[in-house]
This record gives sequence, structure tokens and C-alpha cells, in this order.
Amino acid sequence: MLKTLLAPFRNTSGLARWILVAGLLITAVFLVFAIFAPWVAPYGFNQVSANGHPFPKMAPPSADHWLGTNDQFYDILSRVIWGARTEIVVVALSVALAVLVGVPLGLMSGFVGGWTDRTLVLLMDALYAFPSLLLAIVFAFLLQGPLGGGIVAAALALTAIYIPQYFRVVRSTTVSAREATYVEAARAIGARNGTIMGRYLFGNVIQSVPVIGTLNAADAISTLAALGFLGLGIQPTQAAEWGYDLSRALDDAAAGIWWTALWPGLAIVLLVTGLTLVGEGLNETVNPTLRKRRLRKVVMPTREPSTALARGEVEV
Amino acid sequence: MELRDEDVRPADHQAGSDGPVIDARDLRIWYGTERGAVRAVDGVSFRLRKGEILGLVGESGCGKSTLGRGLLGLLPAGAKMDGELRYKGEDLLALPPKQMFAMRGSELGMIFQEPLTRLNPLMRISQHFEETLKTHEKGISKQEMQRRALEALRVMGIPPTRYRSYPHEFSGGMRQRLMIALALVLRPSFVVADEPTTALDVLVEAQIIRILHDLRSTYETSLLLITHNLGIIAEACDRVAVMYAGEIVEIGDAREVFSNPKHPYTRELLRSTISLSTTGLNYIPGAPPDLVEPPSGCHFHPRCPDAMEVCRTTHPVMRQMPGGTRTQCWAADLANGFVDDLTEDLTTPLTREEISVADEA
Amino acid sequence: MPTKPETVASEGAAGSILMELSDLEVHFQLRGGALSRLVGLDTGSVRAVDGVNLSLHRGEVLGLVGESGSGKTTLGRALLGLAPATHGSITYRPRGKDGKVRERVVSSMHGRELRQLRTDLQMVFQDPHAALNPSMTIETAIGHPLRIHGIASGAELHRRVVESLERVGLSPAERFLDKYPSDLSGGQKQRAVIARAIILDPEVLVADEPVSMLDMSVRAKILQLMLDLKNDLGLTYVYITHDLATAKFFCDRIAIMYLGRIVEIGPAAEIFADPKHPYTKALLQAIPEPDPRQMVPRELPRGEIPDAASPPLGCSFHPRCPVAVAECGWESRDLRSLLEEHWTRQDPAVYEEESALVGDLDRLDEPQKQVTIGTAGSSTRVKQMLDRMRDEKPDEPFWLGVESVTESAGGVDVAFHQGYDPLLRRTDGVEVACVLHPQPVTTEPSRPENHDRA
Repeated sequence: MLKTLLAPFRNTSGLARWILVAGLLITAVFLVFAIFAPWVAPYGFNQVSANGHPFPKMAPPSADHWLGTNDQFYDILSRVIWGARTEIVVVALSVALAVLVGVPLGLMSGFVGGWTDRTLVLLMDALYAFPSLLLAIVFAFLLQGPLGGGIVAAALALTAIYIPQYFRVVRSTTVSAREATYVEAARAIGARNGTIMGRYLFGNVIQSVPVIGTLNAADAISTLAALGFLGLGIQPTQAAEWGYDLSRALDDAAAGIWWTALWPGLAIVLLVTGLTLVGEGLNETVNPTLRKRRLRKVVMPTREPSTALARGEVEV
Repeated sequence: MELRDEDVRPADHQAGSDGPVIDARDLRIWYGTERGAVRAVDGVSFRLRKGEILGLVGESGCGKSTLGRGLLGLLPAGAKMDGELRYKGEDLLALPPKQMFAMRGSELGMIFQEPLTRLNPLMRISQHFEETLKTHEKGISKQEMQRRALEALRVMGIPPTRYRSYPHEFSGGMRQRLMIALALVLRPSFVVADEPTTALDVLVEAQIIRILHDLRSTYETSLLLITHNLGIIAEACDRVAVMYAGEIVEIGDAREVFSNPKHPYTRELLRSTISLSTTGLNYIPGAPPDLVEPPSGCHFHPRCPDAMEVCRTTHPVMRQMPGGTRTQCWAADLANGFVDDLTEDLTTPLTREEISVADEA
Repeated sequence: MPTKPETVASEGAAGSILMELSDLEVHFQLRGGALSRLVGLDTGSVRAVDGVNLSLHRGEVLGLVGESGSGKTTLGRALLGLAPATHGSITYRPRGKDGKVRERVVSSMHGRELRQLRTDLQMVFQDPHAALNPSMTIETAIGHPLRIHGIASGAELHRRVVESLERVGLSPAERFLDKYPSDLSGGQKQRAVIARAIILDPEVLVADEPVSMLDMSVRAKILQLMLDLKNDLGLTYVYITHDLATAKFFCDRIAIMYLGRIVEIGPAAEIFADPKHPYTKALLQAIPEPDPRQMVPRELPRGEIPDAASPPLGCSFHPRCPVAVAECGWESRDLRSLLEEHWTRQDPAVYEEESALVGDLDRLDEPQKQVTIGTAGSSTRVKQMLDRMRDEKPDEPFWLGVESVTESAGGVDVAFHQGYDPLLRRTDGVEVACVLHPQPVTTEPSRPENHDRA
């Protein structure tokens, strides 16, 4: 188990390894924020007073509020930390759902072929061709009615735009793997189609899924922030969200109040970068054509003239 | 080096008309892996005369492909090559990479196993020839190109009507003929053919072997034919070199080596080959060794039925045997009276460790 | 033939037949271009197996020998129901526990029934590297057939996997159980594939080129293993190969296949002692012998196996056959090959001139018994060219098939003799599909040359 987890490290070298490590470090910081938000954050995400003292409005960074407060009296540091939890929960949920739907759909479509395949491909291509932000806005808008502006609605809106990516990748690898001898061998031992898909194809077609997953996660962060920025994401009363904070801070910047916009913006940039780096790093290890193995340097001992040659016995 | 050269072959420095086309001495090619250096080629010496076909045979993983590519300067990443490699008297290892690149194609050619992967599917055959010729012979006229290309096709038995076809319009055997024609259109003096018939059918294979065999009369090309099929060697080659674990263990006239093998590996390889005259199954126990850490002494001793104590400890030297073949083997030395100073301990047969099937290839 | 004598005694010859193919055809629809698929055009079909009658006897090793494109692999896959038969039938006659022989028609089985059949019929593949799932351990892979058919699980499964691995020589089995295929050498992988095939205790094993991807030094070991397993487990083999040398050693009976048909079939000993079909002779001559003393100069058939989507008229082998006669089914495409071959030998200038005379060769691609080449203006010179070609190579079998070459208004008319498509006929100890056998040439055509082929 540990071996499999460490494989990306063992198989990479140089730049690829540093990209992976840097990405993992950044992501880990945000993960810690997300998991331990109640303990790390000094205040609640919608807390406006402590010990009976109300927070100041748009106060610059101080001992009480390290990163200052914003126009709604919220402590910015707490908003950023709680925001990390929101982002990560939403993104994890959406990526997991997209994988759960996209992978089996792609596997089945590629394996079964025929009309099922053509219909699904058409549908997925149509979804894929749609500008993703626009799609997310449409879904967010539609889902706000039945589900409200909460975390689940936001996650589902994102899921819809990522399913086609998994579908396409898994389907195309399945189509080529379907012709492999081991699949025919599975048929020859009497395996039914479900078994062939589950036991023989699945393990061999999902290898690029982790890469897409991390890259999608990075993309999802910015899309979620964009939704929040447009007011279509999570409602401020439900959770802290960087995009929403950013949109509220827009007017402040003109007034010389830089701290309300800087920190949530920085958080978005950092987390997106971190996840992208992890994705690229993973890609190098998963994709053998990109991978440069760590080869040991060849040291050839200089040879004395071989005795046979010196004796003139080799005259080939 | 100098000293040795003069000692061994005083007349060879001039690249005279009858001098060897390829002269390799103590060639080594090692390449890196995660575990350490693989000694794919480890001290190989041979010569190839004008118009001669030398067969290179051995099990997979014995270094024959690495050697073939290495001779053309095509090495895997991180590989090192040393020794001496002369092409018509010129030291190839001392050449700058740019010059080596220019020689490839025009002087040194290569024929690969999978012809389809080496042809651009979007280019007509005529374009392939034109590109090859233009790259190496600046200022060649269009008529001259066509004449040369059609001539090369004619020798390979490809009708001129197909000159403007695309690669996919050809059958497997035709494609391999095309590859050979493309390799030969520049009239290189030395060509390496790496398993050129492995992907082909028996009848087509026989056709290609005949073409290769006839090359010398049309092009005077020297050919290194790499194959694992001993039958092909017997059909097409003048001389044969048997490779095992990065070394040439026996080299000589094909007829002599096949009818009178001196090295136990050659003998066992011949015995394990299934041919029409096979009446019983024979095989060599065990598998070729790991070339990161080859066995001590003679590399073949763990699998050799004739192994003695001395084989385990001391590497044998290459010697000329009666009949003209050269081989490196203690047992052959002993049988032919080359060594008489071996003590009795050294000549006691090795008790072979039981090789379980699990360790086999 | 090592047919079990007691079987023959108790049940007669019919009882010893384990599988029987009758007039089997496996055709594949060609996919064609994107456009024709879109508008649903008939894109033609490849006749991978084209009318094969064959019986497999209990306990024998039957060799299917041919070049790639001969349909031998498709035939092997059809035996297991992996390639659906488009016509004809495959009957499997297993003996039940009570000793009675039952009859099961493989070619009409589907789904569950077909999967169930795989406990009796198993397959070994050519490429051991590709035949094992790269993400499955050896233990899971070998034991999977038992799991799929619900035969064993848990400790029993483990026991049978170990037993099967040790049976194929992968012992101690513990060393291999949790390995992945990539950790094994080629020979070891092929052993694992065999272990997976025998774990269900099958009756028939179809081995598709089981040693051709392996090193020379390993081939003998795998063949020896297969012989041992046959004796220990009472298996019947169908051995598919392009290599006559291993077939000679390994098989009791051999069927030589060419372009989807069997052209010669009989006991291995007789086929090798006295090959009848020109194709068999050619295959035998083409094998490179590793003994320079036995080398003989030989006549190689020209060209390569033709496209199975539009096979030659008459006998499929006639365009390559060195001893073809008038009745072999000569046609327009043979004229094209002859012209191309002729021009290959000519100077570029002569080629330019002559090809201009003849004109477009593509009109010869449609199989025809009578064809016109050249134009009204060039007819005399085309006729002269053809005469020259005949004078240069008078032994060329093509000319035997030409009935007449006449100048006409549109150019030169070339007419070919009526030919026929030979059926398998008994000659001495074997059956051969060749117009030359049995001698003397029978005048009665066995089937018209255009027999649903062209």
C-alpha cells in the first residue's frame, strides 16, 4: 500500500519531483485549514463579535484581526480558513461525483459500442463543447430552486461540467483496450461482460483518472469562486466562500482598502496552483511517455588491453 | 592501442579496397538503469569485409540489438560506448555527432523489424525516396532521383507502377522490401538489418532472405544480419557470430560453425532449434543472465553442460580453433590442446545447481 | 494416429470424433469508409473462413498451418465460439459422466450456454505478454476461471491455483502467486497462460501459435510441457501455427490452410513425406534449415497471400503457383500482376513506353475472364509486347491459362480458359484441393470457379 502511494516519488526525478512536492505542500496546508478550521480559525466564519465586543468594520490588519476585517464585520483570516473548508468539500464532492458517473459511463460506452456509444458520445460532446462556466451557471441557477444555495447545489453544478472529461478519457482507453488479447482471453475463460468490464478493463483504463481528477479540482476551485463572485454560488449565510468575499471587496480596492480583496484572492491563486502542480506532477509519473526514469550513471572502468588481443590471438 | 594495432594487423591501417569495412575491437556499450549499468555489449571484436554478410545470433537480451544500433551510433539514453570502431579505417567513435549523423544513411544504413512504423503514412513512396536522397545528396536532379529510386525498387522486385503509391497500399512483405530499397538507395557500404523478417510470413521471409543474400552482387554492401533464427543465418550468411551475455562467444564461417560448433552455447542453441529434422526436444536449462551483474568467469558456466571449475573463476580467452572458427571456451581450449597447465582441481566438472523451471526464461 | 484404441473399438469411428465442422464460414463485415458507413452502403466482407469441413478426433493433436491471413486463427477462435459462424455448423461431442456421447452445437450457442462451454474448450494465445491482464496478480488471474464458473473459492481456490501452477512447472508456486505479469519472463508468462487454460480441466485446448513469440531456447520447453499435459490430462489439441517445423514434430494430423480454406489435410507423416499441394510444397521449401549441408536451391512462390475480401477466381493459390495449369481460374488480375512483374525487369524508358501503350491498369482489378487492354491505335504494338513477354518467359504458367490473344477494334482482347475451384479430394493418404490431384487431371469440374466467391 505504502509502496503504491510512494510510487510517484520513486518514479520521478528532477523537476517533475519538485513540481509534485511543491504542489503537495501547498495543497496540504489548505487541507489542514479545511479539516481543522474550527481550531485553526480564530473566529467563526459569520462571527461579528467576540466577548461582547463587536468587530470593527473594514479594520486594517491588527493584533486581534491579523488580516483585518471586511465590510460585513467578518474577520478575514477566519473567512479565508473557513473558506478553504468550503472549497475543498465542494470540490471533493463534485470530483467524486463526476468520477462516479463519468468513469462507469465511459467504460460501458466504450465496451458496448454501437448505438448506446454513439448516443452517449453525442450527448457528452455537446456538454463538453458548452463553455464550462456558462454550463455551471445554468446548473447552479436550476439547482438553486430545489436545493437552495448550499454546498450540495454548488457541487452538483460543478459535477455536470466535469463528467464529460472522465467519460471521454475512459471511453477512448476502453475502446483500445477492448481489442487487447487479455480481454479475449477473459472471454475464452467464460467471463461475462460485466466481469470483463469490472475486472479486466477497469483497472487498466482508470490510470489517467487521478491526473484529470486533480486538474479538475484546480479548475473547480476557480469555477466555484467565479460562481460565488457572480452571486450564484453558496449563500454567504451558509458558508464562507472566497469568490463571494472577493466580489464584495471589489469596491474597497478603489478606496485604498487592499486587505479585503488580497487574502481571498491569494487563497484562490495558491490552491489552484497547488492542485495544478500536483496534477502535472502525477501526469509525469502516470504517463510513461512523459516519464524520465532515474537512470544510474554508467561508469565504465578503463580496461587494460586484454591478454588475448595483446597476444594477437584475436584476428577476427 | 597503437601497439596492439601494429602487433596484430600491420597492414590494416590503410583503408585499402580489400581492407575491412567495419573493424570493431573490444567494443563496449553499457547503459544505465535504475539498478546500475547493463553491460549489453562487453568487449566485442569483429571485422566485416566488403560484400560480406555476417549473422549475429543469440537469445533475446544477449545484446545483439544494442550492438547493431551502437555500430550506427544509435545508443539508448545514458549509454556509454568505448573501444575501437573503424569504418573503412576511420574511427567512428572519435567523430563529432553531426558528422556521424551525416554518415548514417549515406554510408551506414539500417533496416528495422517493423517496416510500417518507419514509413510516413501521409507520404507517397516517391516522396520517401526524394526526401532520403535530397537530405544526403544536395543538388540532385529530379530525374536522377527517380532513376535511382526506380532502380532500387527494381532490385527489390517492386513494380515501377507502384512508385506513387502510399505505404498502406502495400502488403507486409512489400513494405519490408521498400524499407530495404530506401536503406540502399544511397548505396551505403554497411547495413545493419535488425530482425528484418520476424514480422513476416514464412514464404515472404524466404523471399526477403534471398534478396538480402543477393545484395552483395548488386550493391557490394556489407551486412550485419541480426536474428534469433539460426535457419536464416544458415541460408543467408557467410559468417556467423554467436552472442551470449554481451560477448561474442564464437565467430567463424557459417558452414563450419553450424556443422562443427566449438562453443557449448552454439551447440546447445543448435540442438534446441526445432527444424524439420528434429526428432526430439532439447533445450538449454536456465535463462540468460542479468547483465547488470553477469556471472563470474565464463558467463555461460551456470548453464553449460561442459562447465569445469576453471570456468567459474576465470574468463576464457578468444582463440582460433582448428577449422578456422574463433571461440572463447575453456572446454574447447582443453579439447584442442591449447591449455595444458590446468591442474586437476580446475578441470573437475562443475556440479550444476538444480535449475528449477521457475528460474527459466 | 493416437486415437485411443478402446474408443474406436467401443463406439466406432463416429464416437472418436470430438468436434466436427461442417461447411463452416466466418465472414467479417468490412467497415468501409466513414461515408459508406453513414449511408449504410454494403461495404463487402472478408471471408476469413470460407467453407471448412473438418473433424477433430479425441486425443489427437491437429495442426492448422498457414500464413497470416489464411484464416487459421479465426478458425481456432470459432471453435470456442469467440468468432461467430456466419454459415455452417460446429458440433462438439463431449462424453458425459455416464460414458454417453452428447451432441452440442457450438455454432448456435449464445450467452450463458456459450460461457459454460468454455469449461470444456480452452485457448492458449500467441502473445503471452498480452494475454494476461497487466493489473491482475498471477494468483487472481489463474484462479479467475474457477471463480467465474463458481467452481471454487477461498482455500479450495488457492489450492487449485497452486496445483495448476506447479503442474505447468511454475514451482514453488508461492514465488509466483502475488507477482504481476510484468515480473515474469516470456516463457513463464506462457506457462501461466497454460495454467489458466487447464485449471478448468478442459477437454480441448486450442493453442494459437503458443511458441512463436518465444526465444528458440524456450520453445522446446513449452512444447514439451504441452506434450506432458496432453498425456497427463488426456487433452485434445488444435495447434495453430505458421511454422511447419514445430507442426511436424508436434502434430498427429495437419490441415494446411490458404485464404480461408483447407487445401491439404492428412496425417503429419504423410504430408511431410509426400506433400501434394503446391502450396504445402512451397511452405516446406521455405523453412530455413539451420544446417548448411541440407540447403537446396528452391523455387519460391512469388507475391503474397491475396486479399480475402476479393479472393482470386478458381483455386486461390493459382496466382502464386509455380505449377498452375489452364484450369486453375486465370483472370484479369493475373494479367495485371504479370505486366507489373514484366515492367519490374525492364528499363525505366521501356516501362514508360509500354505502360503508355497499355493504359490504365486499374480496369483489370475487377475479376474478369475476358479483358481488353490498350487502345485501337496501339493494338498491334500491345500484341507484340505480349508476344515478347511470352517469348521471354515461355514457362510462365499464366500463358497456359490464356485461351486467346486477339486484336480487336478496342485494343487487344485477352480471353482466359474456363477454370474451376477444386474441392478437397482424397489422394493417397491425404485430401488435397488442387486441380492436379488426383492424377490424372479429372475433366469433371468439382465446382464452378466463380462459386459464390468472386
